[in-house]
Amino acid sequence: MIGDTPAPLPTLSSAYAVEGHGLVKTFGSFRAVDGVDIAVPSGTIYGVLGPNGAGKTTLLRTLLGIIDPDEGHRTLLGADQPLRMARQVGYLPEERGLYPSMKAFEAIAFMGALRGLPLAQGRERARVMLEDYGMGASVEKPIRQLSKGMAQTVQLFGTIIHEPRLIVLDEPFSGLDAINQEKLEALIREQAKRGVTVVFSTHVIAHAERLCERIAIIAGGRIRFEGTVSDARDSLRPQVRLRTRASDGAWRRALPADTMAEEGAWHFALPDTGIEPLLRALLDGEAGIESLSIERPGLHDAFVAIAGAAAAKQMQDAATPEAQA
Amino acid sequence: MNELLRAALVIARRDFTAVVFSRTFILFLLGPLLPILIGMAFGGLGEKISSTDLRPVVGIAMSPSEAARLERAHERLAERMGEQALVRLRRVPLTPAPRIQLAQPGAGVVAILSGSVAHPLLTGKPEDLDKMQGDLSLIASAAQAEDTLRLVQVERQEVTTSTGAQAQARLLIGRIAQVVMFFLTILLAGMILSNLVEEKTNKIIEILAAAVPIDAIFLGKLMAMLAMSFVGIAFWGGTAFAIFLALHGGASVLPAPAVGWPVFLILAVVYFAMAYTLLGSLFLGIGAQAATVREVQTLNMPVTMGQMLIFFFASYAVDHMGSTPEIAACIFPFSSPFAMIARAAQDPAIWPHLLAIVWQGFFVALIIRIGVLLFRRHVMQSGGAWWKKLFRTTTG
Repeated sequence: MIGDTPAPLPTLSSAYAVEGHGLVKTFGSFRAVDGVDIAVPSGTIYGVLGPNGAGKTTLLRTLLGIIDPDEGHRTLLGADQPLRMARQVGYLPEERGLYPSMKAFEAIAFMGALRGLPLAQGRERARVMLEDYGMGASVEKPIRQLSKGMAQTVQLFGTIIHEPRLIVLDEPFSGLDAINQEKLEALIREQAKRGVTVVFSTHVIAHAERLCERIAIIAGGRIRFEGTVSDARDSLRPQVRLRTRASDGAWRRALPADTMAEEGAWHFALPDTGIEPLLRALLDGEAGIESLSIERPGLHDAFVAIAGAAAAKQMQDAATPEAQA
Repeated sequence: MNELLRAALVIARRDFTAVVFSRTFILFLLGPLLPILIGMAFGGLGEKISSTDLRPVVGIAMSPSEAARLERAHERLAERMGEQALVRLRRVPLTPAPRIQLAQPGAGVVAILSGSVAHPLLTGKPEDLDKMQGDLSLIASAAQAEDTLRLVQVERQEVTTSTGAQAQARLLIGRIAQVVMFFLTILLAGMILSNLVEEKTNKIIEILAAAVPIDAIFLGKLMAMLAMSFVGIAFWGGTAFAIFLALHGGASVLPAPAVGWPVFLILAVVYFAMAYTLLGSLFLGIGAQAATVREVQTLNMPVTMGQMLIFFFASYAVDHMGSTPEIAACIFPFSSPFAMIARAAQDPAIWPHLLAIVWQGFFVALIIRIGVLLFRRHVMQSGGAWWKKLFRTTTG
């Protein structure tokens, strides 16, 4: 579904790890979340995409019960009061925070203890996790002595130490180098394999495209699209890229009205009638076909179409350093 | 409730170990001992000063026989009243006139008594005359009576109890307990003001708020600070007791408060905990609204002034047992622990304490709850009308 009027979501049931209906959250006169309906199927990797300021973090905080919505209803793992399910949820906030004087393994165990994991068990697991990840030398180090990336890893381990059923990660890739981004992607997949529901927000479309089974595209506090990545891509018609030797002729009339010339090639969406009538016209009109390709649109193209070019550009600008990484 | 307590204990444990196992905690423990050591050093100096005879000296400008009569009378009175109670006498020449002698450098006397024992004339500055006129009249009267003044012997009858003395002693115990409790709370509770700043500046509050109710964060922090305070009190109390034993050899017998020492000590601990958590929960709520350490520092002064007011109210009440102000001080939650410990010293009834502890506990919970809701509203920017959620079990 595309546009301002989302199609009705499936009936709420326990098949969904996270559900929200008509959620509204305002800060002063600013509507950060504006009537959001969302349902995250259990056991899926779910991405919340949007540019900065779109309302992703506010939506996640509302769903987790950190803040209450002004309007609407939410359930987390079937509970009306999200904190009641805190033991089964892991949350990595956008703004990372740890006690600087705590040792790495203690910080992880503490985060587990907050969510009901006995401290001794947490310490043991934390040591194993850090050692398995190649951070054995940092186990006893205070957080203030760790690099930013290492501290972020510690916090991520603190998020999953208690083996939650639902993991919510707010911009988890931000601040990580390419290697650690890959490791995080692998970790998310591994958790999903175990049946854990993973919800993460991102402004890097590539991560969502690689990882997510379902996505929600959010802009201006509203969900503009909700569905699978494939649905999002299929929401646009395939794109045709045509290169001809002749630059003009009767054959030009056969090109669709929205055709754009770019870098010596014609770009247009595949017409509803298919490619055959166009091919015939090109051949009859002696356009001299050099190359012709029909490409399925990427998630980025879909995002541009759904959220708007401005939002897409903002996303791209914000993501540039990470994309390069 | 169990979950709330469990979460509070996790927070408390973290905070407690973070404080107690830090290097600065040693300074915290030693800090209050410095005034004691300085006090002991200056106490020795003070003793030296007080042993110096600073009584005013009055010159006697009379004939030798008259002067001798006054000296004998002074001696007889000093035997009964003590040397310190009377002015000192010193013979001075009859000439020049007292007015001239006093104006001369090195006179060495404050005033001069001239004339005769029957008609003495005291010369000096008006304020000195006011102070010494009575003493010298008594000495002159005794000198005139000479042998005819018979000092009556008072016989002694010793008793083990005296309600008046007991009441005085209990009042004193009440006052001391109030002062000690007040100083401990003013020293220790103020630290809570800045307690949530670390979580806010390090962005940890988001992790905590997502995992546990904010009530648990507040409660845990209070528990940690209270436990840390008890560690400090045990250390300072132990040191003070050791010094007391060293100085007095354990021979002193303290008068018992009305409820008896064991109950009194238990009540003192409970009331301290209540005073601490009442003020602490208020400070935590106020401090939680502050975004920076500077804001917390700005809040410190008005908060301390508030504490002083509460203490003055409670200390006024201690002298007026059963009066309306005393009952008001017992009811007003912030002064209640101070007023009630004074009551424990003077009144043996236990039930008012049980009632007061429940009452104070209710207010601790209420203040924490209000603090939490205001924190959620203003800091976390969550929720609508906070008072509507006042009596919900937990938030989130």
